[in-house]
Amino acid sequence: MTTPETFEPKIVGFLCNWCTYAGADLAGVSRLKYPPNVLPVRVMCSGRVEPELVLKAFWEGADGVLISGCHPGDCHYIEGNYKTLRRKELLDRLLEQFGIEKERLRLTWVSASEGDLWARVVTETVEAVRRLGPLGRTRDRLQSCDGILAADLPAGGCCHGEHPAAEGGGTGGR
Amino acid sequence: MAPVAAKPKLALYWAASCGGCEVAVLDTNEKILDIAAHFDIVLWPVATDHKYAGVKALDDGEIDVCLFNGAIRNSEQREMAEVLRKKSKVLVAFGSCACFGGIPGLANLFAREAILERVFDTTPSTQNPEKTRPQTRWAAPEGELELPTFYNAVYRLDDIVPVDYYLPGCAPPPSLVLKAVTAIISGQLPPPGSVLAPEKALCASCPRTKEEKKIKGFNRVHLVAADPKKCFLEQGIICCGPATRDGCEARCIAANMPCRGCFGPAPEVIDQGAKLLGAIATLVDSNDPAEIRRALAGVADPAGTFYRFGVPSSLLRVARCAAPGAPGKEAMAK
Repeated sequence: MTTPETFEPKIVGFLCNWCTYAGADLAGVSRLKYPPNVLPVRVMCSGRVEPELVLKAFWEGADGVLISGCHPGDCHYIEGNYKTLRRKELLDRLLEQFGIEKERLRLTWVSASEGDLWARVVTETVEAVRRLGPLGRTRDRLQSCDGILAADLPAGGCCHGEHPAAEGGGTGGR
Repeated sequence: MAPVAAKPKLALYWAASCGGCEVAVLDTNEKILDIAAHFDIVLWPVATDHKYAGVKALDDGEIDVCLFNGAIRNSEQREMAEVLRKKSKVLVAFGSCACFGGIPGLANLFAREAILERVFDTTPSTQNPEKTRPQTRWAAPEGELELPTFYNAVYRLDDIVPVDYYLPGCAPPPSLVLKAVTAIISGQLPPPGSVLAPEKALCASCPRTKEEKKIKGFNRVHLVAADPKKCFLEQGIICCGPATRDGCEARCIAANMPCRGCFGPAPEVIDQGAKLLGAIATLVDSNDPAEIRRALAGVADPAGTFYRFGVPSSLLRVARCAAPGAPGKEAMAK
């Protein structure tokens, strides 16, 4: 059983190719120390991070999601990061309605020259999510019947708890 | 009634639903006579008086087609889903509730206890000082009575049993019902797992004029007179067309009402609500955080708007439904 002392948050980071990914690289070559809890995914623009990807990260077991792009006004594609800003605003409210603390989703701007800022952002985010505790994998809740479905579904778990579309099948069945 | 051996058997059932889907079958008008002539109906709660015992007495696979509407909210519905799966050759998730959870699925935004408290204690018309709750078993002089168990969450039909086809809609339009029934009669069905509706988004067949979508704020449909020719989104009215499957013949759009998303995710969309949220939020024509916040405050209820028919299909679907006493995130945070 995970306790607050042993809990290591899993955080998915979506880093834009032009600013934050380069900034994270700089943090690396500068040998800055920061927690290893963020799993970076390089995307061409923070504007490419659709809400679906954020929810899928939570579905797959992320305790937090960090999106980081170019500073406002610096987007390589002119205004991709502004689109992310708009979505983040609404996504915060949606997550709260589903009972997920909005602090689990963070949006930051880190440029290619800000390796030190990146190290700080990661440290802060990991600590914030550590304080919140594990989110619990939505998929596990359905499959391992950890109390929700133990009462409701047939013994031995439910083989249909998987979300086939989320597995990349994309049949659009639901 | 004596079954006619040559006729294929048809069953309809309602679980957690309003009953509109069963009525939708009657909306095929005079074609209902063809359906009745072609099939031997073995269960249809809204229209006939068959009993569960009669269905349970059938052989496995004896029912040729079962149109199952409604989500699964309690143990009776689950039992009937399992019985009908076993007895049916083809099981169709009929309507948005069976396909995606539907309107009853919105209850997954609340824990079971909160729902019971609301219904049995705090509604304005309720007086329940003893805080009585329904019991699943009760010893009456005539014998023990049993009521279904109310589950922690609402499930889709295919969370419980495998489903062969999906026919979405709230309710499914007569044209698609007829098309599906015709396909079943003629044996010309698509591969199992298919959705019996077009493979495109509603916007593709929406007749309204679409220009550039940039808005400063949101309007609610009951507060403004919408232009019947212009895209709802361009008028600041939330319309679920961009992420919703086509097939409804734009019935709501024709009545000057925006799409509410009852046909579920468009093809290739994993999560209808997330997709809609992305599409709607980016319409806001501003780069200023405060102005963006003000504009998006006009979206009154994001979860209820974007997942009106699909909370149980959301990637977050059971986040709120943790059972009491189960180690949850609240316990960890302390």
